[in-house]
Amino acid sequence: MKNTHSQIHKFYLNGRYIVLDVASESLMQVDQMTYDILDDYHLKSDEETLEKWQKTYPKDEVEEVIAELHELEEQGMLYAPDDYDPMVYQNYDLIKSMCLNVAHDCNLRCKYCFASQGDFNGKRDVMPYEVGKKALDFLVAQSKNRHNLEVDFFGGEPMINFDVVKRLVAYGRSLEGPKNKKFKFTMTTNGMLLNDENMKWIDENMGNVVLSLDGRKAVNDRMRPTISGKGSYDIIFNHIKKMCDIREASGKEYYVRGTYTKYNLDFGRDVEDMARQGFKSLSVEPVVTDPSKPYAILEEDVNAIKKEYDRLALAYLNQEEEGLDYLFYHFMVDLNGGPCVYKRLSGCGAGRDYVAVTPKGNIYPCHQFVGQPEFIMGNVDEGITKPEIKDQFMEAGLLNKPSCRDCWCRYFCGGGCHANAWNFNHTVMKPYEVSCEIERHRVENALMIKIVQDERTAED
Amino acid sequence: MKHIQVVNKGRLCETANKGCGECQTSCQSACKTSCTVGNQHCKQAQAK
Ligand code: SF4
Ligand code: SF4
Ligand code: SF4
Repeated sequence: MKNTHSQIHKFYLNGRYIVLDVASESLMQVDQMTYDILDDYHLKSDEETLEKWQKTYPKDEVEEVIAELHELEEQGMLYAPDDYDPMVYQNYDLIKSMCLNVAHDCNLRCKYCFASQGDFNGKRDVMPYEVGKKALDFLVAQSKNRHNLEVDFFGGEPMINFDVVKRLVAYGRSLEGPKNKKFKFTMTTNGMLLNDENMKWIDENMGNVVLSLDGRKAVNDRMRPTISGKGSYDIIFNHIKKMCDIREASGKEYYVRGTYTKYNLDFGRDVEDMARQGFKSLSVEPVVTDPSKPYAILEEDVNAIKKEYDRLALAYLNQEEEGLDYLFYHFMVDLNGGPCVYKRLSGCGAGRDYVAVTPKGNIYPCHQFVGQPEFIMGNVDEGITKPEIKDQFMEAGLLNKPSCRDCWCRYFCGGGCHANAWNFNHTVMKPYEVSCEIERHRVENALMIKIVQDERTAED
Repeated sequence: MKHIQVVNKGRLCETANKGCGECQTSCQSACKTSCTVGNQHCKQAQAK
């Protein structure tokens, strides 16, 4: 019998029979007959397949289907070989991407904040300029001959330490020429401290701006209160709106980014609410948290979440009729300019080519591990002192995780979030199945959207 | 083809000689909590 583990994935969505060839990422829309025959095509001989399906469908048509499937197979679009070598990816012994937690302090008290409400299981702290400078030096040195580097100013709330951010950007830029590097800086902010002056600076200096807002006012205010316990929406909304307008005008990247929890399983309404407010670039994600939290997303929530993605996908396709014009991050798949297979095999990069640095200068595998002392990999003075932590993340590559190796979604997903895996399974080797179900479902929707959009373009 | 409509002829196989590592880390894009590498962009493809 031929090997069939997740070489193709077929699904029925929005009235369409859709087939994805996993290893080549070819995408096909088929008729119901082909969809059925695919159950046997690869497992049985052509004669056996014909014998079985001619009981259901006209014989000559079954023959046609089999011939078409063979043609696609010969063209490498079906059951394409999956023999990629993950070691081709050139970033295993370097670091080129950094989350710089410039403030372990915050002016909001968001309940799900993985930073334990701004104080990171430790005391409130801001990063001194010297620590940030060493972090950038560390990144430049560790990135070896990689040219493009990314630094995300993160926290807590990075705007609390805005002067240091400005100085670090200037320092980073000063290294670009001499070291032959290009920094892409991102600011992830809750919007509380934005004003005309700093927004202008942010627009000029940041390659991307990520603004946190959870959608509808009531949803946002429940999880994102201020220090005094009141909702933050009325304070942040106008700031965020203004920042987005500035980015729209300058044509630069930004996202309004929300988190959904068990409390708003109708998160699509939040996406749509933000779209109605005129935000055009949206990302709303399931919370990453400890399963004991009341707002954690658990198995029992999956069906509702899937249905909500289905609903949102249809609404997304019809947004023009609603007078809306927005992009939803997880419905965007780039089948033509997307990443190479090696990038996909390497996954999210946490603990490998991506690290997070705290105000004290400690290095963690990524921002979601910050505050868990057993994950401190080193510090900006001594560099990586615990290579065994990096090894653990190296080991957790896509092909080494049994559930990922056999998952049809592997080349879209890249192996899931290690932090989520750790929170739920206490190992980075086993992804959190609930996130997987969600991921797979939203990728199915993204592929369906791609098909419909292509059809519309062809009609025009 | 009568029964099958190819929407996208996959490129993953064609990209088999790449892996330069210059593109963005997925969590540095928009999400910060969940990983989907499939919607990132290839720097090499963008440069073309
Ligand atoms: S820039 Fe393109 S070729 Fe290079 S690793 Fe990223 S996706 Fe692959
Ligand atoms: S993390 Fe889950 S969805 Fe992603 S590749 Fe692995 S098994 Fe599939
Ligand atoms: S472990 Fe999760 S949060 Fe950390 S970089 Fe990977 S996907 Fe992002």
